[in-house]
Amino acid sequence: MNSAPDFSLERALPTPFHARTQAFNLEGRWSSWNGYLAAEQYFDAELEYFKVRNACGIYDISPMQKYHVSGRDAEAMLNRMVTRDVTKMRVGRVSYVLWCTGAGRLIDDGTIFRLAEDAFMLTCGSPSTAWLKKSAIGFDDLVIKDKSDDLAALSFQGPTSCAALRCMGLDGIEEVRPFEIRRFELGALRFMASRTGFTGDLGYELWVSAEDALALWDALYAAGEDFGIHPFGEVATNMLRLEAGFIMPGAEFNEALKTIRFEHDQTPFELGLDSMVDFKKPHFNGRTALLAESKRGPRVSLTKLDIEGNKPAAGSFIYNSKACRRDVGYVTSGIWSPVVKANIAFAMIESKHISGELWAHINYEKELRHYSKIARCQIKQSPFYAPQHAKLTPPADF
Amino acid sequence: MKRYDAIVIGAGHNGLTNAAYLAKAGLDVLVVEKNDYIGGAAVSRELYDGWTYSNCSYVCSMMRQVLHRDLDLGRHGLMLIPYLGTINFGDAGNALISYHSKSAAYNELKRHSRHDADAKLRIRADLTRYALIIRKTLLRTPPDPAWMRIRDIRELLFLAKQFWSLGEKEIYEYVRFFTLSAADFLDEYFETDLIKASMASSGIIGTALGVHSPGSSYILLHHVMGDVDGNVGAWGLARGGMGAISKALESALRSFGGAVRSEAEVVRVLVRHGRACGVVLANGEEIHSKIVVSNLDAKRTFTKIMDKRDLPPGIFEKASKYKFHGSSGKVNIALDALPKFTGVPDNPYVNRGSQAYPGSMHTLERAFDCWKRGRFSDVPFIESVIPSAWDPTVAPPGKHWMSNFIQYCPAELSDGPWTPEKRDAFGQAVVERIEAYSPGFKDLILHMEVRTPHEIEQEVGLTEGNIFQGELTIDQLLFNRPFPGYAQYRMPVKRMYMCGSSTHPGGGVSSACGANAAREILLDLRKPSTVPEDDCDDE
Ligand SMILES: Cc1cc2nc3c(=O)[nH]c(=O)nc-3n(C[C@H](O)[C@H](O)[C@H](O)COP(=O)(O)OP(=O)(O)OC[C@H]3O[C@@H](n4cnc5c(N)ncnc54)[C@H](O)[C@@H]3O)c2cc1C
Repeated sequence: MNSAPDFSLERALPTPFHARTQAFNLEGRWSSWNGYLAAEQYFDAELEYFKVRNACGIYDISPMQKYHVSGRDAEAMLNRMVTRDVTKMRVGRVSYVLWCTGAGRLIDDGTIFRLAEDAFMLTCGSPSTAWLKKSAIGFDDLVIKDKSDDLAALSFQGPTSCAALRCMGLDGIEEVRPFEIRRFELGALRFMASRTGFTGDLGYELWVSAEDALALWDALYAAGEDFGIHPFGEVATNMLRLEAGFIMPGAEFNEALKTIRFEHDQTPFELGLDSMVDFKKPHFNGRTALLAESKRGPRVSLTKLDIEGNKPAAGSFIYNSKACRRDVGYVTSGIWSPVVKANIAFAMIESKHISGELWAHINYEKELRHYSKIARCQIKQSPFYAPQHAKLTPPADF
Repeated sequence: MKRYDAIVIGAGHNGLTNAAYLAKAGLDVLVVEKNDYIGGAAVSRELYDGWTYSNCSYVCSMMRQVLHRDLDLGRHGLMLIPYLGTINFGDAGNALISYHSKSAAYNELKRHSRHDADAKLRIRADLTRYALIIRKTLLRTPPDPAWMRIRDIRELLFLAKQFWSLGEKEIYEYVRFFTLSAADFLDEYFETDLIKASMASSGIIGTALGVHSPGSSYILLHHVMGDVDGNVGAWGLARGGMGAISKALESALRSFGGAVRSEAEVVRVLVRHGRACGVVLANGEEIHSKIVVSNLDAKRTFTKIMDKRDLPPGIFEKASKYKFHGSSGKVNIALDALPKFTGVPDNPYVNRGSQAYPGSMHTLERAFDCWKRGRFSDVPFIESVIPSAWDPTVAPPGKHWMSNFIQYCPAELSDGPWTPEKRDAFGQAVVERIEAYSPGFKDLILHMEVRTPHEIEQEVGLTEGNIFQGELTIDQLLFNRPFPGYAQYRMPVKRMYMCGSSTHPGGGVSSACGANAAREILLDLRKPSTVPEDDCDDE
């Protein structure tokens, strides 16, 4: 007898929002993230991107890793682990953090939410249970709980996001400042909102128990309808974060603990994250190595480039002359930016060549023929896109 | 008394672009505008509380990306956003939907005709090939075949090279294409009337040609040669309305030190010893400058603000005959909710983008017949767009603004001048046509702005309300625009220039005319050009 093959354990798992998101994923464009299905794009990546820049968009970030770290030693333990000073964080605030190996190589980046004096939530893109356990050695009054599967989360971003949340009934959401947390109750629905995101735009992240995920989606969608709400996927996210100047693991850096080859990972200084490393606080992981590097200066530097022409430079080599005799770096991420109307990229470049001429050797294709061009690159210091409206409190309606 | 380096007459988007590039080159520039608002036909105004109408132009595709980038218009507040979905309504109450996804688009055409579904792919390739060549000419000054200076020869060679790259057979096709009617051109591809009609309508927008008139195939191309972020043929919206383009240009101009004065109508250009040297405003005030640039259409420039005696013989007559026909109207409607359309799925990617009412090839031609007889079309072609479904800034949440572009509406009626009653009757014909496909539409209307060519001429100063500042027929294109001998943005009077859509590459919100004119002016002043080259080579 013929029996259908059993692929059930082969498939990535649906997130708590899957029942809603799948209706929008018209061509079944899924990838996977930490064992869960994640939408690469729903309908059209550029449309989704514009929803965030022009109206509002929802990104299902449930596959993010979420850890509750609590106890009297929680602050000290996290402060020992990450490179920023956690003791300066007030309750109800969120902070972007990095953590490194003893050699000062970047393991991952993430955010810490200070939920109470002695309770934190750490979120990050990749599973970190083992490293957290290791970092907890020597701290006794400490409980670490992996909440990744219990907590669902939505990133709700865009200029109309605050107006939509107000319309949904989140009284006071307009007073929430960037990197601030607030809890809300709508009837039986309880959740936490933080004014955070990965898009550089006005936006919030909503954290809710997996059971209440669909109720949250429905309430948000109903309110968002008149504000242009639309789900967005990974491709759009990648465009948005690059414009905002945010790095991404797997693009700008290889996670240190997963790196096979010598120094194929990076340090915070190489990534231009100097201000995220605080030498004034007591000892933290990687301090000695990072201090030495900060004196010496990083060997390579992540650089923001505005490249002539309109062919995205992803994957290109960077040279120090138009003749392309010596490569001095490579592009880590590159896109055509529709709002800036520029060909933008992140590139890892040998620090000593930063001040000279930079040229990208870009390969592209037209109707199956391959072409290449040498395009001049200009270094940008500030993010490619940093709209004023993203910082206002209270935010404008659009 | 202060003397400016340059005065630009008219704060249309081309005037502002021109001024921005002159100011960027270090010139002390003043733009003088007759209205109390800027933008000309790229304008958005709140005429009804909470609604921002783009009173004339409403969609954007021709804006040269390289200028947008070079002037950093994004930082000056401009964002161009895409919208999706076009429905073409047929006379039989049927609809042809342009889906965004390739597979749905193909399946929809196949539903009408398998043959035409294939042919659509072929016509797309052909039109894109034609468009890619035209696109390369947009940010270049046309050569003057009569002069044959080194630059003219270089530009002619450039054009020749582009054409040669097509291959011999295609060159013949291309040349033929320019003289065809939209109907003849489409007949070579399609068998289904509604598919033809839905494409032919691009061949009549803004022009006094019918779908069977020779030359209408070029107009069709003119409407598909733009792009949104490299997607050639796509149209987008300006966030905040088309006026946002003008505002961003003004902001760029001011960042370079330029100035704009509104409510300053120019009545005459001052000419001394054969050189332009300033302008006289309606209030009698004189403003002096080293050069003068006109953003007005060629007819107005030569016949309204120049003293005939300052012009060489014959030019005045030539300018008076420059071909202009008002043929379009515009109806902006504030709606209480999104309209619903019969026979159209409740799919947000199709039911809130644009709706077109070509009806059939016959209906389109009949609409033109009305125009020829000096009446507005009783069954007009309408292109509606609902920008508020994509742009949260132009109407309150849940409410909508519908922009309706109408073909045909004459500048002069056979039964005497336009009156408010006739204007309202025109608006009513439009509403009735929509109501037939969207029952209940009328009940959603909160406010309406109806504009015939008469209003467009009065407000924007486009002669006859012609949207392109002069017909886009082959006798008025490229080195013939506005007329032979004056296609390089220079006027017969020294130190005076033209920068409006009457010049190459013609109408539409492209900023190209203004930028090209700036390049020529800076060349005459022996200053390095601040105008970038187009990056079409990447296409
Ligand atoms: C109804 C309509 C719909 C259109 N739709 C589209 C569209 O969707 N997409 C598109 O790309 N294009 C569209 N167009 C065409 C496009 O808007 C025009 O081609 C373009 O805006 C013209 O720009 P311009 O700067 O060359 O001239 P204009 O916009 O005509 O600017 C001329 C300026 O000069 C001023 N002026 C006139 N006389 C004087 C004077 N004596 N003194 C001082 N100032 C004066 C006017 O007030 C005006 O501001 C449309 C046009 C119309 C009318």
